Amino acid sequence: MTINFKDALGVHADALHVRAERTKMLAANIANESTPGYTARDLDFGAVMQQRAAEENGELSLGDSAETLYRVPFQPSADGNTVEIGVEQAAFSQNASDFQTSLTFINMKLRGLQKAISGQ
Amino acid sequence: MGFKDISNIAGSAMAAQSVRLNTIASNLANADTAAPSEAEAYRARKPVFAAVMENDAGGRVQVLDVVKSADPVRTVYEPGNPLANAEGMVVYSNVNSVAEMADMMSASRAFETNVEVLGRIKSMQQSLLKLGEG
Repeated sequence: MTINFKDALGVHADALHVRAERTKMLAANIANESTPGYTARDLDFGAVMQQRAAEENGELSLGDSAETLYRVPFQPSADGNTVEIGVEQAAFSQNASDFQTSLTFINMKLRGLQKAISGQ
Repeated sequence: MGFKDISNIAGSAMAAQSVRLNTIASNLANADTAAPSEAEAYRARKPVFAAVMENDAGGRVQVLDVVKSADPVRTVYEPGNPLANAEGMVVYSNVNSVAEMADMMSASRAFETNVEVLGRIKSMQQSLLKLGEG
């Protein structure tokens, strides 16, 4: 029997990667807070994870990759910028916590593996 | 993983906001600058930001240009002023100090937000480095 790290770590390695990608998008939104005409965008985490799971199972994903979505502002501004800094800050902070959570899960899995290897 | 890209994005925003703060400092400093004619009068500077999109996963900010405000300048009758023209008129700048102060707060807040983003990225990266340690 061989240990496959990909199987051992489960969905969390993928989740970590998607979280990092989302961090980049949210950072870009925050960076372009005062750029006229900039449209804020975000990842649909659930959709991306489903797509990844489907790709791993060898299924063809139907339709276009609906990964990047545009944010609908609560209060549209005159210069066409759809970044609402409070929303972005909240999303960024939540995303950073989710990243930590994925990391903690991976750490727990690794600790479990270590225990199995050392036979305690 | 794109941590370097994220730092670049936050860094570009900080650079853009410092250009904005620079123009605000210049505008506030020259709020009461007088000149003998309209052509020589100081006009408020405003930076123009634009997004640099790399694929569709967000992008950096760049300062496209710094433009001069087209608002009307203040012409005041001050015959005693050494800069006064033949009619005794002096042209002051078109800087709106109150608007500049509000803009300054907005710019420094935006700068701080990006510093915060950088700090968060740093701690995420550090905990990623500690992966598997315990």
